[in-house]
Amino acid sequence: MIDWLIPLLIIVGKSLLLLVALLIFVAYILYADRKIWAAVQMRRGPNVVGPWGLLQSFADMLKFVLKEPVLPAGANKGVFILAPFVSGMLALAAWAVIPVTDGWAVADLNVGILYIFAISSLGVYGVIMGGWASNSKYPFLAALRSAAQMVSYEVSIGFVIITVLLCAGSLNLTEIVRAQDTSLGVLGWYWLPLFPMFVIFFISALAETNRPPFDLVEAESELVAGFMVEYSSTPYMLFMLGEYVAIMTMCALTTILFLGGWLSPIPFAPFTWVPGVIWFVLKVCLVFFMFAMVKAFVPRYRYDQLMRLGWKVFLPISLFMVVLVAGVLQVTGWGGAH
Amino acid sequence: MNAAAAFFYLFSTCMIASAFMVIAARNPVHSVLFLILAFVNASGLFLLLGAEFLAMILVVVYVGAVAVLFLFVVMMLDVDFAELKQGFLQYLPIGALIGTVVAIELVMVTTGWVSSDASIASAGTPAPDDLSNTAALGRVLYTKHLYFFQAAGLVLLTAMIGAIVLTLSHKPDVKRQVISEQNERDRKTAVELKKVPSRAGV
Repeated sequence: MIDWLIPLLIIVGKSLLLLVALLIFVAYILYADRKIWAAVQMRRGPNVVGPWGLLQSFADMLKFVLKEPVLPAGANKGVFILAPFVSGMLALAAWAVIPVTDGWAVADLNVGILYIFAISSLGVYGVIMGGWASNSKYPFLAALRSAAQMVSYEVSIGFVIITVLLCAGSLNLTEIVRAQDTSLGVLGWYWLPLFPMFVIFFISALAETNRPPFDLVEAESELVAGFMVEYSSTPYMLFMLGEYVAIMTMCALTTILFLGGWLSPIPFAPFTWVPGVIWFVLKVCLVFFMFAMVKAFVPRYRYDQLMRLGWKVFLPISLFMVVLVAGVLQVTGWGGAH
Repeated sequence: MNAAAAFFYLFSTCMIASAFMVIAARNPVHSVLFLILAFVNASGLFLLLGAEFLAMILVVVYVGAVAVLFLFVVMMLDVDFAELKQGFLQYLPIGALIGTVVAIELVMVTTGWVSSDASIASAGTPAPDDLSNTAALGRVLYTKHLYFFQAAGLVLLTAMIGAIVLTLSHKPDVKRQVISEQNERDRKTAVELKKVPSRAGV
């Protein structure tokens, strides 16, 4: 019994450590999101709680937890309560396979990238269940929109991932980062040779996580607050948490697939001494900064434009790129494939 | 009992219970949600068998795409089960008869089936030790069974084209956005200067 109990305890400990780090990181990402947005609009943003408003997210959390959760009378109670938990749990579960530095992943799966893809495709259930169980018109409309949007953009994300896999020759996230470890440093990472796919992945990630300009799911001018209208207090907070953790997952995935994960951008002495986890966090922050800037200065898409972009622009381009990349790799013999 | 066996019983129990709830639940949306739970547990069982690629693809394809469509349709249809169950007793005898015939046929097929030793030997392709699960599967699909694989893809393509042809309709009076036309507009084509005579209008 002891021979499997100890590894189990180690896994639980690792997961707890990762969760705590992730939740604190999410608190400051939320703060950064509001600060960047405010700075673009020449406002101050949150600046009251703590020095420079640094404790704002914690104050918000306390407020959500202490408020009364309202259960609408017409709601489908079980599904209504389950939905935010599904949303939050799935978002956190994706982090089990993300390697923050070489060997630092809770589970180093052979099919790590497929695991993340599977978990993020489940994320839509939190939204649909919440929207349907609220038994109200706006949440239901938002849930339908969200399902269509997430399913559409998953297709192009899938093709983008395939091109990276073809180059790296593995589905293991650690191996994908190692395949980018060349003497060229930042120029050897996949963002440069696969630049069109990098752009498509970034935009599809915005759509997949319902970030502006693709936040039709919670378009406040049309749907009040989308699928979350009927939610309050802790369940609402879980939805918000799930959303921001999913955004972090997408930032981390962009970092791993295109920006060399934990690798140093300049591949010689003083820079390679910096621990990989610092490079990883810096890169995730950089990608998130781009997410936040897009939110600040791009107007929201109309629904038909969103669908057109996904199905008529990204899908053909990424499909063509899969064929092109596979052809180039086959002819030249580059890449890590056997 | 080791950990793998414990997980096997956990996943199996959950799967059978949720599969039962799919047909027992009163609300059709709950049925679909239980179906999804059954899929996820099946994927867990695949993981225990060491078929990690199949497990992930099951979640991506069935849970992530097919079941979303199920849920969509069931939510939109608004099925009234009380009405459906009205004629239940009336159709019970013939339903029971068909069910019995199918059950007998199933038993006959599963007990009477004999496969030759040669086919058993050629069917199983053990995965080489130096390859990961995914690579081994890909190697078998794209070399040994390439034509069947391609044929299956063609069948799916035909179904997709069929669905598009059935739903495609050209309505002449619907306004559509043509983005290239919008981008081509400049001051000359978009703005027209008119001399408007006083008190006459355009």
